[in-house]
Amino acid sequence: MFESCADPSSLEGLSWFACYLTTGKHMAFYASFGTVLLLLAIILPAALLFGFAGATAARSRFLPLSILGKTYSAIVRGVPDIAFFLFFVIALDQAFEYIRHKIKCPDWSEPIRQGNDFVVCTAAKMPLSNSPAWVHDTYAFLVAVLTFAIVYGAFAAQVLYGAMQAVPRAQIETAEAYGMSHAQAFRRILVPQMWIYALPGLGNLWMIMVKATPLLFLLGIQDVVYWARDLGGTKQARFTDYPHGDWRMFYFGALLVFYLLLTWVSEKVLDRLTRRFSLGQATAAGEAMRKAGA
Amino acid sequence: MNKLILSAAALALASSAAMAQDVVRMGTEGAYPPWNYLDDSGEVAGFERELGDELCARAELNCEWVVNDWDSIIPNLVSGNYDTIIAGMSITPERAEVIAFTQEYTPPDPSAYLALSADADLEGGVVAAQTGTIQAAFVAQQGWSLVEFATPEETVAAVRNGEADAVLADKSYLAAIVAEDDSVVLLEREEQIGGGVGMGLRQSDTELKDKFDAVIGEMKCDGSLNELIEKWEVASTFDDC
Repeated sequence: MFESCADPSSLEGLSWFACYLTTGKHMAFYASFGTVLLLLAIILPAALLFGFAGATAARSRFLPLSILGKTYSAIVRGVPDIAFFLFFVIALDQAFEYIRHKIKCPDWSEPIRQGNDFVVCTAAKMPLSNSPAWVHDTYAFLVAVLTFAIVYGAFAAQVLYGAMQAVPRAQIETAEAYGMSHAQAFRRILVPQMWIYALPGLGNLWMIMVKATPLLFLLGIQDVVYWARDLGGTKQARFTDYPHGDWRMFYFGALLVFYLLLTWVSEKVLDRLTRRFSLGQATAAGEAMRKAGA
Repeated sequence: MNKLILSAAALALASSAAMAQDVVRMGTEGAYPPWNYLDDSGEVAGFERELGDELCARAELNCEWVVNDWDSIIPNLVSGNYDTIIAGMSITPERAEVIAFTQEYTPPDPSAYLALSADADLEGGVVAAQTGTIQAAFVAQQGWSLVEFATPEETVAAVRNGEADAVLADKSYLAAIVAEDDSVVLLEREEQIGGGVGMGLRQSDTELKDKFDAVIGEMKCDGSLNELIEKWEVASTFDDC
């Protein structure tokens, strides 16, 4: 990056570190923090969406839909995360390719399963094998997002289901007395009021989700843990311009600080949200706020 | 200046011609110097990078490098996420049941032990090896206490911090570490396990396997493979072809 970095063996002290910390590999390490934050920013709404759909389905009066909603959250919550992440992603990818294969290559005669191999026609590859590396990376990232959303959506479904049940029955009754339909009461009364009941559970879930982001590494994405492990490992002078000993402690220390900061900021935001949602609610916190205001 | 524009145009033409072909995605681990590792700029480098690029050039294939964890390197190959494994993988009958191998590009070499001192106790101590390697299988077979790690780097770190008494791994990998670190030594004892190292491919991908087989054979005969092996000090050389 700097011109003085052309000959690293002549460098010492601070200038050595300045060059060392700006190698291409380190840039990839810094960028991977962005990947983690981006992942969190996308899976939060995605998981909430899955959770909301799951909870609404589970409450449905239409039996098959209710069974579907309950099965989703029961099965996904029951399977260990790590099994889910290792197995499900490959299965999901194969499912996409299978569907594309059926559409794009209808007159393909060879079997898709050949012994151990999963072979689809070239046009059905996801992404196409001649697409540039960033397309492959983005695809891997999106599959990861989907997997995270499905897994954490199942937990969110359970939390939201509980929250919907917790809204006092009298509120719905009053809504019905005003002549609101079932859907109107759901939209106008139930949903706005349920968040305060859901927030502690969702907050917990968010914290777990933040801590689960290193699982990205299992999905073949070069995330913070991957780079920390690679960069921190002992480096011999034969293979790098910047040889050093076992520095994993420092790199993982940096990760520790990053994750602590992230959870600390989350706590602050959750506190504010709790206060915001308590306003005017028929809960102890809402009542206390009303009294303080009056 | 004109020359520059011309050569740039020629380059663009050449690369667009290459784009027209199918891309062969080469899967490697990127954590096993001198075989394969990531250099300072984050690119795949090492013996297998040079070998792979040369093989692709000779077979007129357009190759791209993919880094994948060792643990899931075979499942991702058979499910089609890349087309070859070129990651210092020894040819064994167990692996050959799942994937196909090209002919070997390094001869069968003994594995070595790295320890803090030359009198490390293997039978009574703890031996570290990378998960899913022939070395891990060997240690387990001997009935010794085995600790497995996901990356080769962690196996060596385990010896340095006393968690394990020795590491069993390919000699070339350990030799590169011993060469620059006085606190560890190679034991005299070596183990002859596994076959040579070959490229892994899907069993259904016979056409690609034939192509690589042909160019590996070609490189064996004209001596360029031996030259690469000596340059990177990864293994012994081939006597004939």
